[in-house]
Amino acid sequence: MLIEVRDEAFDPWQELKDYERKCLTKGSFGASANFVGTMRDFNEGNTVTSMTLEHYPGMTEQHLQTIADQATQTHNLLDVLILHRVGPLQPGDPIVLVAVWSAHRAAAFNACREIMENLKSKAPFWKKENLADGERWVESNTPG
Amino acid sequence: MSISVKFFASLRERIGIDSRELEAADVNTVSDAWLAATGKTMEDNILFAVNQKYVAVDSPVSDGDEVAFFPPVTGG
Repeated sequence: MLIEVRDEAFDPWQELKDYERKCLTKGSFGASANFVGTMRDFNEGNTVTSMTLEHYPGMTEQHLQTIADQATQTHNLLDVLILHRVGPLQPGDPIVLVAVWSAHRAAAFNACREIMENLKSKAPFWKKENLADGERWVESNTPG
Repeated sequence: MSISVKFFASLRERIGIDSRELEAADVNTVSDAWLAATGKTMEDNILFAVNQKYVAVDSPVSDGDEVAFFPPVTGG
């Protein structure tokens, strides 16, 4: 299992490939599911030029670990990888990667969704958007 | 009694405090810590953590604790 908050841009597909090669044995899993969240250049009718993500160092990592542990237990996962960006981001930059591995597809699909929803609603991260005419904090996440 | 209070994101900017050390003897709950640190009544829609775990507003705090206040989270 790997849970990391990164302050530099990452390539989720490269990370996924490297992690799977390094940490999972070929043939040991029958399903994997992953989610990549990417920064949009629009929100609530405005063009967003860039964004800054803040977190609560310590609590954020601890909370992500708890989410991953719970999902592992509930869905009998074989492995979990969570990477999340903080700091300045540009449109198109990956924000989050969640990847899970399990024996069968139902556990992988369900766990990936569950981890993402829990992360969105409880993990201490905050987005501040830069618009053409100033900046604003994002007050709430989209419902889905 | 020493309690470390932290504020994050829009709440930190609105209140104008990043963190504050409280030495007050009469701080027994999360809501006492808010009042002692800000001097204001508690705002709606705020989340609280003691020692980096979510708690309720009437949860107790004790010497050496870290109490954090922050707005709804918007990661992912």
